[in-house]
Amino acid sequence: MTFLNRHLPRLGDPRHYQIIVLSFLIAYSIVVLDFGIRWQNALAIVGTALVTQFIGTLCARLPRFDPLSPLITSLSITLLLRTDELQLAVVAACIAIGSKFIIRFRGKHIFNPANFALVTLILLSDQAWFSSGQWGSATINAFGLACLGFLVLTRARRAETTLAFIAIYAVLMFGRALWLNDPFSIPLHQMQNGALLIFAFFMISDPKTTPNTAVGRVLYAALVAGIAYTIQFIYYQPNGPIIALIMSAPFVPLIDALLRGRIYRWHHAAGHVASSTKGAYQCES
Amino acid sequence: MRILVTVIAVAMIIILSATAQAFCGFYVARADTSLFNRASQVVLVRDDNRTVITMANDFEGDVEDFAVVIPVPTMIEREQIHVGDRAIVQHLDAYTAPRLVEYHDPDPCMRYERLNSVFDMNRPSAISNEAENRSGRALGVTIEARYTVGEYDILILSAEESDGLIRWLEDNDYRIPKGAKPVVDSYLKQGMRFFVARVNIEAQSKLGYQYLRPLQVAYESNKFMLPIRLGTLNAKGKQDLYVYALTRTGRVETTNYRTVKLPSNTDVPEFVQDEFAEFYRAMFDKQNKAENERAVFLEYAWDMAWCDPCAADPLSAQELQQLGVFWIGENGRGGSKIAPMPAQNVFVTRLHVRYDSEHFPEDLVFQETGDRQNYQGRYVIRHPWTSASNCDISQYEAEVRDRQEREAQTLANLTGWDISDIRKKINFAGGIKPEPEKDPWWKRIWS
Repeated sequence: MTFLNRHLPRLGDPRHYQIIVLSFLIAYSIVVLDFGIRWQNALAIVGTALVTQFIGTLCARLPRFDPLSPLITSLSITLLLRTDELQLAVVAACIAIGSKFIIRFRGKHIFNPANFALVTLILLSDQAWFSSGQWGSATINAFGLACLGFLVLTRARRAETTLAFIAIYAVLMFGRALWLNDPFSIPLHQMQNGALLIFAFFMISDPKTTPNTAVGRVLYAALVAGIAYTIQFIYYQPNGPIIALIMSAPFVPLIDALLRGRIYRWHHAAGHVASSTKGAYQCES
Repeated sequence: MRILVTVIAVAMIIILSATAQAFCGFYVARADTSLFNRASQVVLVRDDNRTVITMANDFEGDVEDFAVVIPVPTMIEREQIHVGDRAIVQHLDAYTAPRLVEYHDPDPCMRYERLNSVFDMNRPSAISNEAENRSGRALGVTIEARYTVGEYDILILSAEESDGLIRWLEDNDYRIPKGAKPVVDSYLKQGMRFFVARVNIEAQSKLGYQYLRPLQVAYESNKFMLPIRLGTLNAKGKQDLYVYALTRTGRVETTNYRTVKLPSNTDVPEFVQDEFAEFYRAMFDKQNKAENERAVFLEYAWDMAWCDPCAADPLSAQELQQLGVFWIGENGRGGSKIAPMPAQNVFVTRLHVRYDSEHFPEDLVFQETGDRQNYQGRYVIRHPWTSASNCDISQYEAEVRDRQEREAQTLANLTGWDISDIRKKINFAGGIKPEPEKDPWWKRIWS
């Protein structure tokens, strides 16, 4: 790791890399895979998210407008939300960014913005859905590499949530296969899911909505993986991880109360600087 | 010994702007399921956690030898099993089949006149937009119920262990495909149950059917899935499966495999009219390989109320009710073949999958989406004007030759057929064949 630290370019902000990967995925989905991501929706979501962030910045009297986080949120929504209705896409972006400014506890927003918007829309409308199985195996490998690249470039900083989630979910999948005496090709196929990777690397990983301590984050990831498994393989409902995340989010303040740590600040990420939980009002994610 | 035919079987809004593209043109051919060998057809009616599955089998042979073991996601009772009408499944197949439509060019001279007069009229766009009891107890297998439904004897089995079930089936002269045990074991652990259906010859001769009618099962379960793993065991190679999903809200897709639309709305050469079946098979093969043989293909997604162009009339309310569309119950007042009543809130999705255990290790899991956009496999042939004309049509013929060349290239891309073979089959306008392609430039360097 020391070698990597010395020789790899230092990223000012890991979000730049996330934005590049997510944008590439959207372009690839529209041009090659053609499974229903529409560029109109992409533009509407990104535009609405930025405007909502700007308004929120003014209302909350934040020192500066930060376009990076709403960009990541909107790109995640674009990738995961399917709808034929442009207005629903706009509503999703509003709910996502709006939730960040409104649903807060002790200086942190509770729900991952994209996750909150996705689940709200799916619950409220018959015309919005997730397409989880549409990436194809060929894409998954490249996608997996991109995600690994992300871990290397960010020196796996704050990646406990992602790694723990993937590891625990994989253990549950392979454990189930062992219990059922199924061939391992089945859990392997279940893990090769584009939506699962997007979820693990770009949603659950959000440092602003995960516990402040490493142990807390691992606990949190275990909780999400456990609930996701229950939804998917005990209740046989689709989209387990995404619903599990929103169900687990309210436990973050509890974990933080038990394990005291520091709130994450994006723009100090490169310098490993974090601020104390005391008195800090963070709204820039 | 009875042959055990392990079939694949069960386990699983609001319209604001269903953008519909109206097509004109005449339906002339369709690619129905008979094109593909070893094809099974399953109709899945699903709303909330209620499912009605209809399984049409293509069993060929002595019906005395026919027996199926069918996994279902929950315990079922006698009233939940029914024998359906094969003709309705065939109707659904015909209604949703990929179709070929034809257009005829108008008299070019007339067209020029109109062009010259006032309008800047664009050419029509080519692409507009698809069983005993005793031995059973000893083995841990209980026959919960036994009865005759139509021409079938049905045995509902309750087994806790796969060993018992497999041995019981073998003891009762069923031939079990190799490798069935772990799969049956896995299904039992997942809470699935099995029933056996075999043909009651006496009942069948009384009923007078010469073929096997489809079996239908209605159940409630969160599982919206189709167990295909048993089907991969006794199969010789890959099998084709058609799933017709009838839902209230919108299109159905697989959540654990990619669902891909087949190329549609493309212009193809005129001769495809005589070779539509070959064309469709070749195209499906090529597209399937392009997706690494791991995709489920969408062939049709449409509101059951209408069609354009119609490969067959939409299904009537009675037909849909027979298939198990329970929510149109009271509203279904019927209709005739001539003027079918529009069905209410029924969206049909036709999926085509070619599977084997290597490429499809897992059972198919579905979800209903909110997508009500219509899609159909539609291929277009355009007949050039061949009658006498009273003006110079050389420019028209040149345009037609360009079009024919584009159609040839499209066909080659879609099917992987040799372009020169395709060109040979085309009657180019004016009898002028396009110039053969020159050698590539590198051949001229050192010659």
